[in-house]
Amino acid sequence: METTHAGHAGMGPKLYYLTWVWLLTLTAIEVTLAYFHLPVGLMLFLLMGLSIVKAALIMAHFMHLRFERLSLVVTLIPAMVLCIALLAVFFPDGVRAFRLAVR
Amino acid sequence: MAEHIERLRFAEWEGGVSPFAVGSKKLGMWLFIVSDSLTFSGLLVGYSYVRIASERWPMPFEFWPTTVMATLMTFCLLSSSLTMALAVRASSLGDRSRTVRFILLTMLGGILFILLHAKEWAGLIAEGVRMWENPWGVPLFGASFFTLTGLHMLHVASGVIYLGVIALGVSRGRFTHEDVEISGLYWHFVDLVWMFIFPLVYLLSVKMP
Repeated sequence: METTHAGHAGMGPKLYYLTWVWLLTLTAIEVTLAYFHLPVGLMLFLLMGLSIVKAALIMAHFMHLRFERLSLVVTLIPAMVLCIALLAVFFPDGVRAFRLAVR
Repeated sequence: MAEHIERLRFAEWEGGVSPFAVGSKKLGMWLFIVSDSLTFSGLLVGYSYVRIASERWPMPFEFWPTTVMATLMTFCLLSSSLTMALAVRASSLGDRSRTVRFILLTMLGGILFILLHAKEWAGLIAEGVRMWENPWGVPLFGASFFTLTGLHMLHVASGVIYLGVIALGVSRGRFTHEDVEISGLYWHFVDLVWMFIFPLVYLLSVKMP
């Protein structure tokens, strides 16, 4: 995990091109998927799953997080993911109006 | 004593000289990215909230032009991320002219994104979509759409200016490799945010044929 500026192992242009091709492929899958008649929950699950994979690819390879020291990664990422997950606490309130007898 | 200091230097959790092994500027950019991703998450969650709280959320996006344009915009951003990564690599090898060329290509990707996005906004505005009303009902559709994509476009636009400043500085030999790398982090983050806006705002609102 030690970093120096020049030459991380496996950080050549090939890795960048490969990452780019994967990101484009996943995008193409997402666009195709959008035109399938799927239940909205499943669609959301699949699209978000693919997007999280894409985000991870960008962070790991383009933003070099895979080659940074582990302490930086575990300081930044889990807290951020937890904060974002906590925002989901609002969603049950979003459907509350539908459960009321009078709209 | 010297051995103790050496051990601390490389220890991950016991403090030491540089516990994260990154410079203060780079750590600063990472902290900004974390806070900015929370801003975008807040907006995306707000959008999702009003969407599930509405009975019939509009799904007006036609395959042509909207989906095709948005996919092209995604292509521009992803490709500009590739050229940015190549710019950072060129700068780590000390190749200044290649660094500047790749940064200019990255800026081109960003500018294309903004132009395509502006054209798409103009199309929607011509159809009667506003912040407070639209032809398909639920007024919050326009508010959430323009706020989310607008804030993202603002990030792309400021990123293009930021990269312009960096390119100018690199060509004059004023900026170090770390400065290029930090601007790259910002640019990749802008790309990363789009990876969530694109499916949530566009792909989940396409008009089924």
